[in-house]
Amino acid sequence: MSRRGALSGEFFMMGDIACAEGAISAGCRFFAGYPITPATEVAERMSRRMPEVGGTYIQMEDELASMAAVLGASWGGVKAMTATSGPGFSLMMENLGLGIMTETPCVLVNVQRAGPSTGLPTLAGQGDMMQARWGTHGLYEIIALAPSSPQELFDLTIRAFNLSEKYRLPVLVMTDAEVGHMTEKVVIPPPEEIELYPRRLATVPPEEYLPFKPDEDLVPPMVNFGQGYRIHATGLTHDERGYPDTADDSAQWPLIQRLIDKIRLNKHDIIQLEEDGLEDAEVVVCSYGIAARTALWPMELARKEGIKVGLLRLITVWPFPEERVRELAGKVKAFVVPELNWGQIALEVERCAAGRAEVILVPHPGGGVHKPERVLEAIRKAARR
Amino acid sequence: MEPERHPMDDLLREDRLPHIWCSGCGIGTAVTCFISALLKSGLDLDKVAVVSGIGCTGRVAGYIKLDSFHTTHGRAIAFATGLKLANPELKVVIFSGDGDLIAIGGNHFIHAARRNIDMTVICVNNFNYGMTGGQVGPTTPVGARTTTSPYGCFEHPFNIPYLAAASGAVYVARWTMLHVRRLERSIGEALAKRGFSLVEVIAPCPTNYGRRQRRRTGLDSLKYYHQKGVIKHGANPRDVDIDLDGEIIEGVFVDIEKPTFSDFCQEGLSRAMGNRGP
Repeated sequence: MSRRGALSGEFFMMGDIACAEGAISAGCRFFAGYPITPATEVAERMSRRMPEVGGTYIQMEDELASMAAVLGASWGGVKAMTATSGPGFSLMMENLGLGIMTETPCVLVNVQRAGPSTGLPTLAGQGDMMQARWGTHGLYEIIALAPSSPQELFDLTIRAFNLSEKYRLPVLVMTDAEVGHMTEKVVIPPPEEIELYPRRLATVPPEEYLPFKPDEDLVPPMVNFGQGYRIHATGLTHDERGYPDTADDSAQWPLIQRLIDKIRLNKHDIIQLEEDGLEDAEVVVCSYGIAARTALWPMELARKEGIKVGLLRLITVWPFPEERVRELAGKVKAFVVPELNWGQIALEVERCAAGRAEVILVPHPGGGVHKPERVLEAIRKAARR
Repeated sequence: MEPERHPMDDLLREDRLPHIWCSGCGIGTAVTCFISALLKSGLDLDKVAVVSGIGCTGRVAGYIKLDSFHTTHGRAIAFATGLKLANPELKVVIFSGDGDLIAIGGNHFIHAARRNIDMTVICVNNFNYGMTGGQVGPTTPVGARTTTSPYGCFEHPFNIPYLAAASGAVYVARWTMLHVRRLERSIGEALAKRGFSLVEVIAPCPTNYGRRQRRRTGLDSLKYYHQKGVIKHGANPRDVDIDLDGEIIEGVFVDIEKPTFSDFCQEGLSRAMGNRGP
């Protein structure tokens, strides 16, 4: 194993560590964070590894600063990440909005714990899924990925970096304490086998460059600070020059429309799902992260009872796979949605099912995972419809 | 005939002018001193970045024709920390107001100074929140009337040079914007300094602050600075509090050498890692 660059090989690795290594494999060379359980191991690993790969680690004074520093580093031309959990995620909402508005590529990992407030610091929850979607004020679309194993935490951290560079926005990795603290086999491919999406740097000279004029796919090419383009970026509503234009809604319309459409119109590229047994399913378990994983055993028990149950696992949670859920709603009796909250993604499933299939939430307040019998009971109930 | 150009036009976004600042405001003078210091500094201007927070002074980044970023309220220094560490070639200047840097951004201010991040902070102090209409702030002198201290301010204000010095800044200066030559020279010295440097610029806000303290115009404030400004280089920063009608002590209070965050990183990592680094 080389101690200098990105790792490759097979490892017995904790999820949080796999996340850090995924970032390194993706080319992340800046980490700013603040200690918080259960995400601290990401920071600890980065503090050890960043110097080895020529990157920078800094522990900031709080999560407001961590997220701000990550945005600054990204404009400095370096792939940047932070990792946190619930209370820190709340503080990061402020500069998440700035990242969306200024179209700053970076990755924000939330190793979710049970809340609200300080909640259960060492125990899993999935209560921040709607916060991920709507947590910073104003109008926007976001990308959020939900890994359900250490391997996937590695893989999706890389994907998060790629999506952030491709669509120019902060991308959220919404994992949880169970996956983050789980230790399993993680396979890290050799660097040359990992596909990376490079920053879309401007190719025109400074006098022709408009920093927020989009390409055909609605994403503007970027320049890093110090390249000689002398650009301005602001959290205010701005025009294609990046200049504030706040007298009326004339700049707000095209800007917000584009920030939303660059995600919505590219959904097919962003959305990733795992499907199993949906061809003849009468009941669909629709879940994500650790809750999808703990649903596998009760699904197997249900199948032994002769129930036709399939899995729709949301690897991309935001943007929500509306079309697929709508399509399935026309064919199946019911969706069973186990999640470690009191109904967040279940609401999205309900919205898309639009009364054509029943949606049965299997709630959990966080602090553990679903008991198999609760999910099994919900599947049985769904099958009886 | 070619229209005449101002010597500073190359560093201003002319297509954004006129600016939003009121008649008699001191921010424009601070910007002039900054640009003038920049032009004399010999710095590669493609490698100078200006970062601002929110507020009247927060708008500076938007008028200066350099790489410039207008962050969220209070977070300019935190953003700038990431920017500087990601690209150490950059000379990073934070240009913002007292409310932005010392109240909502106060924690980032003291921690960047403590770490001795290589950056220059220009803090325009007009003793109130000007953009939102003149509310009490962290620097408002005791007794001053503002829209949210209608009976007078009841809070002790921060003495910004003392705060910066105590937190670890290597260069600390204060000037009123009446003292343009000295201000420009101090900004130049701050830009040349390695480490966390702070220049506090005392500036009038006639629209929202001055008129409530019986200094209705910018000129009234300049007369006040002329009358009450006392230059004391090397004064102990703890002795430079600003009262409602008292002296304003100005000068260069701190100018020391100290390893920066990056110096410590470099030394510490080469010692700890030997040839393990990249």
